[in-house]
Amino acid sequence: MPQVQEKSDLISSPPHIKSGDSVKSIMWTVAAVLMFPAAFSVYIFGLQATLVTGVCVISGIAAEFLCQILMRRKIKVLDGSSVITGLLLGMSVPPHIPLWIPALGTVFAVVVFKEFFGGLGANIFNPALAGRAFIMLLQPLEMSSNWHLFPNGSVIANKLVTAGNFTSEAFLSITGATPLTILKNGEKFALDYNFSIENIYDFFITNNILQSLIIGNAGGCIGETSALLIFAGGLFLMWRKIISWHIPVSFIGTMALAAYIYYYNTGNPLPGFLTLIHVFSGGLFLGAFFMATDTVTTPLSARGLIVFGIGCGLITFLIRIIGGYTEGVMFAILFMNAMVPLIDRLFKPKVFGV
Amino acid sequence: MFRKIKGGVHPHDEKQSTEDKKIEFMPIPQKLFVPVHQHIGQASIPVVAVGDMVKKGQLIAETADGRGTPVHAPTSGKVTELGNYPNPIYGSSLCVVIESDGLDEWQENLLTTRNYENLTPEEMIDIIFKNGIVGMGGAAFPTHIKLAPPKDRHIDTLIVNGAECEPYLTSDHRTMMEYPDDVIKGTLIAMKILGVSKCYLGIEINKPKAIALMLEKCKGTPIEVVELETRYPQGAEKMMILAITGKEVPSGKLPMDVGCVVQNVGSLKAVADAVEKNIPLIERIVTVAGKTVKDPKNVMAKLGTPFSELFKYCGGFTGKNGKLIMGGPMMGQAQVNIEAVIVKATSGIVTISEKDVDYVPERACIRCGRCIEACTMHLMPSTLSILSEKGQHQTAQTDYNLMDCVECGCCYYVCPSRRNIVHYIRQSKAKNAMVRNAIKTGSK
Amino acid sequence: MLTAIYAILVMIGLGMMFGLLISFANKKWSVEVDPRIHEVDEVLPKGQCGGCGYPGCMAYAEAVVMNPNVPPNLCTPGKDAVAKQVAEITGKKAEAMETVIAFVRCAGTYEKAIRTGEYKGVKDCVSANILVGGDKGCTYGCLGYGTCVKVCMFDAMKMSPEGIPVVNPDKCTGCGKCATVCPRTIITLTPPGVMVKVNCNSHDKGAIVRKHCKAGCIGCGMCSKDCPYGAIVIDNFLAVVDSKICLEKCSDPVCLTRCPTKVIRPAIWGVVPGKELREEIKA
Repeated sequence: MPQVQEKSDLISSPPHIKSGDSVKSIMWTVAAVLMFPAAFSVYIFGLQATLVTGVCVISGIAAEFLCQILMRRKIKVLDGSSVITGLLLGMSVPPHIPLWIPALGTVFAVVVFKEFFGGLGANIFNPALAGRAFIMLLQPLEMSSNWHLFPNGSVIANKLVTAGNFTSEAFLSITGATPLTILKNGEKFALDYNFSIENIYDFFITNNILQSLIIGNAGGCIGETSALLIFAGGLFLMWRKIISWHIPVSFIGTMALAAYIYYYNTGNPLPGFLTLIHVFSGGLFLGAFFMATDTVTTPLSARGLIVFGIGCGLITFLIRIIGGYTEGVMFAILFMNAMVPLIDRLFKPKVFGV
Repeated sequence: MFRKIKGGVHPHDEKQSTEDKKIEFMPIPQKLFVPVHQHIGQASIPVVAVGDMVKKGQLIAETADGRGTPVHAPTSGKVTELGNYPNPIYGSSLCVVIESDGLDEWQENLLTTRNYENLTPEEMIDIIFKNGIVGMGGAAFPTHIKLAPPKDRHIDTLIVNGAECEPYLTSDHRTMMEYPDDVIKGTLIAMKILGVSKCYLGIEINKPKAIALMLEKCKGTPIEVVELETRYPQGAEKMMILAITGKEVPSGKLPMDVGCVVQNVGSLKAVADAVEKNIPLIERIVTVAGKTVKDPKNVMAKLGTPFSELFKYCGGFTGKNGKLIMGGPMMGQAQVNIEAVIVKATSGIVTISEKDVDYVPERACIRCGRCIEACTMHLMPSTLSILSEKGQHQTAQTDYNLMDCVECGCCYYVCPSRRNIVHYIRQSKAKNAMVRNAIKTGSK
Repeated sequence: MLTAIYAILVMIGLGMMFGLLISFANKKWSVEVDPRIHEVDEVLPKGQCGGCGYPGCMAYAEAVVMNPNVPPNLCTPGKDAVAKQVAEITGKKAEAMETVIAFVRCAGTYEKAIRTGEYKGVKDCVSANILVGGDKGCTYGCLGYGTCVKVCMFDAMKMSPEGIPVVNPDKCTGCGKCATVCPRTIITLTPPGVMVKVNCNSHDKGAIVRKHCKAGCIGCGMCSKDCPYGAIVIDNFLAVVDSKICLEKCSDPVCLTRCPTKVIRPAIWGVVPGKELREEIKA
């Protein structure tokens, strides 16, 4: 006699099937992809880099756990979102920073900028960037010094010294010898130390600085040095449909276009080259592929995403050229995060049949 | 010809277990519980009393107003009860309980032979109304109303829906494979009633045999077979019109406002039977499927057959069920009672095993945007769910096009936070309707 | 030192200039309002419940002052005291208001009423009701997901652990929002002075009611037959008490002892039906 069941047990609204994605799978995939630039940073900066990233991740997890217990929320540490916050923040600080600073930054990012806003999904600002802004205001000096102490990472440093045109005093006066700072302060150096701008540009070209930037062994913060690895990771995430192409393309594209137009119009002899330098340094790739694509703090519709990317690109460029910070990415993204509710309201998708 | 729709999802179609199985006629169950409310509109009123003997095809319930459809006895026997029994759409409704006498005799002088070419459209509409034909794709909208749009709407295209995009369901597929001539006859009848000369038959490309057969059979007829991409919800009315004609039905309007009428292949077969042979709608093809069903089949079942009888016919269950669904798993209603019965709109009953129902509690929206990409009506389901959660139902309707949602379920399917988006949207619609009713009746 | 004084003087000057500008604008572009509207608004309880039928207390104040047809006793939370004051201000006559409070007509707790399955949807009664009749066997019974509790603006409703909401008679103002929002119209507004209440909403036949719930009304009619004042009628298998007759005439309810399922109970608010003090019921 075939079994006929009395009742079915679950009552719910249709649909009754779903695809496999979950918040956990998305977060851990992103964390796994971030491991590659993190591993590369160990090669460049030594174990110090792992220490910094590790401290950030652990303090992020601990902060989220404690906060959720104290606020009597469901413990969601295993999602991986605080791991990503820790990784991103750790990868965006310089390698020789005293460990308490990134730890404090991560705790601040997770507790204030995520949990206090209402947990994952309710925050307005990107937690990693907000935490970074916090520690940058707290300890500006520590955030931008001492690249040259790392032999592998400071290709520039070695070449600067051996290029013969600099004295070591001149070199040490550069507190943040990333290509951007050299570009920015180039004219001042020229005056102070008696050589021409063309020498600097020569130096850049003959020493394959661009290549170093792309591969990653130029100066910079821990994770943002290797544009190649970040780009590869970004492509993988796009293939898995975890991020979409709209923000990286519009962000980097606008940045490149703005830079080219600026340099062209100011009569610079190498506008294309300088555009590429701008594009590949200053953490733009890390920002465009991993920070600005954080789904919670970015617009919902495709058109909104493009507007967001354009806005980020323009503001980054303005900050780099006019303002004081050689990094503009962080503040650009934070500023655009604040504009997201407005963008969401203005750029809704075109409804079927309207 | 191959057209695509924007949005939508592509779940595994799970049709391999029943798509090649011929339709089987199941034995008549001892008792049939025929609901009087099987269509969209007012419930019909019984015209028989307890103790009456009825014959197959006899009228047992007539419409309350002209907008419903009548109900006919699926077999001959005795009316033993008029009472409330489980109804898979409305929970429970008045049913005419017929105890079968096993003879399955037609009512005298009911069946006839006619040629549709000798009938006028008005006569045919009346025949369709009298025989209780409704939309058999799942909507159960009375066909006689659909085929008689108001005079000010100019109809130029008839679209025949053979897409069957829901996973597991194969009843339309088998209808086309085994009754192609009836489907074509029904289509020609509908074309004559509407007075159109253009007709398209849309079939998804996961049914290559059906496409080949219909291409062959439609030679010499004005029906054009169109191949459609296999994507859910390709079979939705508005998506069929978009894919085949390229037109978007305007928000708040109906297909007839762009000159189209869409009919399911099953409905058209029933139309052909009604017009040419005067057979009322008393039985239909039901796909019984699911991983826990021992022997999934396509069964021709009489209306009013309890689900338990169908499952018994298909060999019972091989495992514990988590859910029992009437219709497909994307839009079908989960049933609480296995004694619910087959109605005119039941295209299939599907089971989902206990371990496949991986229930995960929902969490906050992470604004990933997958639902916006998947939404077939290009709405913002994530925002609608958040507004509904916060009780802002009016805002959802006025600013975010809540009423354009067709509840296809693509948003829930892709959501990583497992949010009950469709349920939230239905909550908002229900609460707005309650407010409207309260205002209308003048109560607070 | 001098700069400080200059700074202070400048700020004072600016403040005065802006102050003058604002008061000028206030006078020149002010809107003429009937001062009585504000007076009425002061008197109203400001719950913004909408029980009067207007969107908020200010809207009612405007309507009652400007429109001669609007009665002054529409504010149910305010009761007679407020009605009198509004009548005074507007010069209208206030009729006596019937005090009512919400009455949840269901005793089908988790213990007494069967559930058809495990509900995994949005925790809201309207949402549960739209799914093929909800997750309770009885299609008229309270689903217990608290939509009424959420909507109460006076904090007068609480969801009990047994699954039935409980009304606090001291806080309930009879505004009726809970009654509007319940998808099964289980909540009615009743004068609090009645002796008895029928804790059931089901119009199903007796046999079906017993299948779904041990605490339901089977429509046997014993209460109706034995009531000497004719206060109870059976409406489609459900006993309904006419509260006016019951209030005016009855002092010793016979119906309480006659009911076989104990669905008619003494009218005590604030507890789940079935959990009232046992002493007052003589079995």
